[in-house]
Amino acid sequence: MTDTILIRRGKLLDPRNGVKGVRDVLVRGGVVAEVSERALSVTGAESIDATGKWIFPGFVDLHVHLREPGEESKETVQTGCQAAVAGGFTSIVAMPNTRPVNDTAFITKFVVLRAEEANLCRVFPAGAISKGLLGTELAEMGELVRAGCVCVTDDGQPVMNASLMRRALLYAKTFDIPVMVHEEDLALAGQGTANEGAMGTRLGLAPVPKSSEVAMVARDIVLAEETGGRLHIAHVSCAASVQLIREAKRRGIAVSCEATPHHFTLTDAALDRYNTNAKMKPPLRDSSDVEAIRQGLADGTIDAIATDHAPHGVLDKHVEFDKAANGIVGLETALPLALEGVKAGWLTVDRMVELFTSGPAKAFRLAGGHLSVGAPADLTVVDLDDQWKVNAQRFRSKSRNTPFDGRTVHGRVARTMVGGRTVFQLNVPTET
Amino acid sequence: MSANLFRHLLSIEDLRREDIENLLAHAAAHKRRRTAGLSEKTLQNKIIANVFFEDSTRTRTSFEIAAKSLGANVINWTTRGTSVSKGETLLDTVRNLDAMGPDVMILRHSSSGAAFLISSVVKASVINAGDGQHEHPSQALLDAFTLSQGLGTLEGKTIAIVGDIFHSRVARSNILCLLRLGAQVIVCGPPTLLPAGIEAIGCSSTRDLDSVLEKVDAIMALRVQLERQSEAHYPSAREYTRLWGVTVARAAKLKPSAIILHPGPINRGVELASEVADGPRSRIMNQVEDGIAMRMAILEACA
Repeated sequence: MTDTILIRRGKLLDPRNGVKGVRDVLVRGGVVAEVSERALSVTGAESIDATGKWIFPGFVDLHVHLREPGEESKETVQTGCQAAVAGGFTSIVAMPNTRPVNDTAFITKFVVLRAEEANLCRVFPAGAISKGLLGTELAEMGELVRAGCVCVTDDGQPVMNASLMRRALLYAKTFDIPVMVHEEDLALAGQGTANEGAMGTRLGLAPVPKSSEVAMVARDIVLAEETGGRLHIAHVSCAASVQLIREAKRRGIAVSCEATPHHFTLTDAALDRYNTNAKMKPPLRDSSDVEAIRQGLADGTIDAIATDHAPHGVLDKHVEFDKAANGIVGLETALPLALEGVKAGWLTVDRMVELFTSGPAKAFRLAGGHLSVGAPADLTVVDLDDQWKVNAQRFRSKSRNTPFDGRTVHGRVARTMVGGRTVFQLNVPTET
Repeated sequence: MSANLFRHLLSIEDLRREDIENLLAHAAAHKRRRTAGLSEKTLQNKIIANVFFEDSTRTRTSFEIAAKSLGANVINWTTRGTSVSKGETLLDTVRNLDAMGPDVMILRHSSSGAAFLISSVVKASVINAGDGQHEHPSQALLDAFTLSQGLGTLEGKTIAIVGDIFHSRVARSNILCLLRLGAQVIVCGPPTLLPAGIEAIGCSSTRDLDSVLEKVDAIMALRVQLERQSEAHYPSAREYTRLWGVTVARAAKLKPSAIILHPGPINRGVELASEVADGPRSRIMNQVEDGIAMRMAILEACA
């Protein structure tokens, strides 16, 4: 395998560097060596013809559940990374709600080790805010950061105790890492499984009022302002949340946020016939919320698209609705769903790429998200016109829990490279 | 009576007006025959399985008597003494029961959507006897039957449903059923017990029961759950009764022809005064009696 790769005549879109147009990209020693408007000729280089395709920096997903350690039947670090690179992702942030929880360096190092063994995309672990995700005592943040964690979160759980949240925001300043929060007031959410609204009422499902998210977003913005800490709000689902974040940013508060593809694509109408593949937290909301999420993505209020990839097996989903596990997989459908937004006109392709690359990288101050000369050659080659049908049975993920199975979509990853090495190629079988 | 009008009866939502009117007509015919002491064993040799994951006094017994009146064999399965205590899932339980070949499974379960869920995995016809907070179609159908016996056609009539609408599958099914039959429906109760978007189904709502008494043709009172005050949707039973109870004084303000229904079980003195429950306007015992005839019609349609 040669050290020198020339990707020829693809349409490069690198928002951070303001590049958009046909380029040759020369990769040498795993980094971007040259980006050229004119065609290059390099002897001894492996040549990849990207004519008619786009080249984006490799995508960065701030919110992925890899399920390892503890729930390897749903996903492993390996299979999760395979799903990631198939979806164009070259960096992912692994959530800590594993079993055991990632609240110590031991678990962090284990996840890092498994990612190295998989040798596919970069995996940045997220550590827990609280020991055991129990929401009472701070986990040893310093140890977690030293072992490789790039943020802390109790995701899956909110931090109900405001004092603990305040201390987490303050303490995290030591390491200058963001505190990522799953916003859900458990008292307001109660036993709720569906958005509070006509659909949930019709189906007889216990409601999750929007206030359960919005009230916590408001609380945490106040705490972020008071402490000067860095707040990152996970999976925003409500219009009112977007508005609060917009105003907080205007006031200069250090808050960032993300939205999932399902929250900008589906409403609670998707619950029809008790589809458990439409059940997640936060729940799918109504069309006014979807509109607001789209607006927030387009105008910069929302920094990143993050999948909240949440693998679950058949046993967890083919049950009574109220018993079904929350969440859906998302790594392999994120790009085509975002492209539906481009096609519909509420998102430009430039903004879309920012949301997948420079936006998330900046929010978490991660390396990556751009193709500057000298940067690691983490990139994805995409055929935007490729029409295909989502087929859950062919997912690289171990899990199949998606509401998008059978959906006709456009835009597909042709190749993904990490550090100049091809880790995914469409129609080439995955090596196990 | 044509066999197998429906494969399943899962919800009123699936039914059209003519389906409901068909069932009402057949229920009326069964009632006449029963009163005359006649019986037709149209379901001879059929096996009807009551699969009840929740308690029931009326519904289960009513389905059993209806089935036996038509000559069918009835199995009564409840969770007591079964492998549910060992963690066997709903789907595994019904698959196993289904393998024994019942013609009809009548399911009551605490999860909304349970009847729909099992209908996709069993060969038997499925009748929903109440799924979580979603629907209780046979209750609504028998309520419509009792109402029509007492009021004539329901087209243009106004029916108030009072009480815990939020948790009530009976309310949801009744709203849908009555609207399909051309009635106007008003739901009434504390705002904490009116679910979001209920009016999207087509009814109107009010917090003020006294304001509607003179215009309704019937009141359907629902049981309020007197539980854990820390999660209570109203501060006390006393306050509930004062504001939303169908008291003797309120009953006196109704139209002379107005009637009163309740699906049971009744919290006497809370949502319904005892004297009203037993009084001349009450059709509560008629509901129970009519339930047999309606369930006979339902079983014939599904088996």
